[in-house]
Amino acid sequence: MDMTPFILSFKLAGLTTLILFVIALPFAWWLSQTSSKSKPVFEAISALPIVLPPSVLGFYILVVLSPNSALGGFFHDLFGVQLVFSFTGLVVASCFYSLPFMVQPLQNGFESLNPHMLEASYLAGKSKLQTIWHVALPNIKPSLITALIITFAHTVGEFGVVLMVGGSIPNETKVASVAIYEMVEVMEYGKAHIYSAIMVLMSFLVLLSVYIFNHSQKKVGIV
Amino acid sequence: MVKIAIKKPLQGSQGVMILDVNVDIEEGSFTVIMGESGSGKTTLLRVLAGLEKAEADIRVEGKSWKSLPPQKREIGFVFQDYALFDNMSVEQNLLFVHEDKALAEKLLALTELTGLATRNVKSLSGGQKQRVSLCRAMMKKPKLLLMDEPLSALDEKMRIKLQDEMVKLHTAFGTTTLMVSHDAEASYALADRILVLEQGHIIKDGSKNEVLKQEQKTVYRL
Repeated sequence: MDMTPFILSFKLAGLTTLILFVIALPFAWWLSQTSSKSKPVFEAISALPIVLPPSVLGFYILVVLSPNSALGGFFHDLFGVQLVFSFTGLVVASCFYSLPFMVQPLQNGFESLNPHMLEASYLAGKSKLQTIWHVALPNIKPSLITALIITFAHTVGEFGVVLMVGGSIPNETKVASVAIYEMVEVMEYGKAHIYSAIMVLMSFLVLLSVYIFNHSQKKVGIV
Repeated sequence: MVKIAIKKPLQGSQGVMILDVNVDIEEGSFTVIMGESGSGKTTLLRVLAGLEKAEADIRVEGKSWKSLPPQKREIGFVFQDYALFDNMSVEQNLLFVHEDKALAEKLLALTELTGLATRNVKSLSGGQKQRVSLCRAMMKKPKLLLMDEPLSALDEKMRIKLQDEMVKLHTAFGTTTLMVSHDAEASYALADRILVLEQGHIIKDGSKNEVLKQEQKTVYRL
């Protein structure tokens, strides 16, 4: 059995989770602390991928990343990188698609913190960065784990956007979900079953680990 | 000497009021701020700590704190709800403020918490948490110790114990202290001076005997 689509899916999910964590952490922190009137606008924009059909999101990402666009042209001319129908393009598209799954749990976690705890850290002489790293993040562990794992799992399960932006290039953009779609198309149901069963099992284990971890954290809090 | 001049509009129970406080606090003294809810007591402490913006001129030992962020002010703050770092042990809460193990051990010994040093703070009782919070506030050896109703969430036995420990720490370190309290008994036990705030203004200022006697007379007249 060819495991390349799974390896590609995990590589894509791992990179997306890492990049999104770096980008979404300051953004979620800002959303949780700001009283700016523009906050709902940013919240709505970052939540758009949840409600938009993947084809709509995929179409616009395709338009923005194509070599004819300013961004796509910039990357193509300067670095020789083609953002559509390439693995790099898939990572960029996945970062848009999975953004709310990283931002929302982190924002909810930060908002649930006692603000006096953060103020106590500032009064102890700590900067905002030190406070986020040493006080805020360790105290929102369940939200942090949820954000990381759900973003990873959601990216592994991504299909519509991946197909539109990456197509199905073997060893490059043909991830597990796309491979299953193609197997069904050519009626290779046996293979499709095996691939699908692996996806179901992995998704279940990921979700189970999140729930077990969150329950264990609650128990620690009760003692 | 700590010189405080603060002006800040506040939303009070009877509409907008101006917190207007102009007072000098003697170095090493223990001052209790009393007053009804919504009179501006907590806001006064928060402005002193730099946690809220206001038109303020605060001078400590001649140095202006006007443009200093909370990180740069030499302040220890005890919150009513403890605000401990739940992910840390008792000792880690103290060392996070300042890596001085000897001072942490001294403070824990003074407040009889040595045996709990390695315990996670989440597992402590309210009284123990408030004692840790007090020790943590002293870790920077602050110029000004601010306490916002530190006794209000505790039962009587615990309140008396914490009061005794506050006296011990104040005697040991001589830190200029401002404490917001509703508790006349605690104020009498701890204060050198009492300020009474009403609608953002100081309406009484004097020694504990003067102020508390006046308060008693007012209560009897009522």
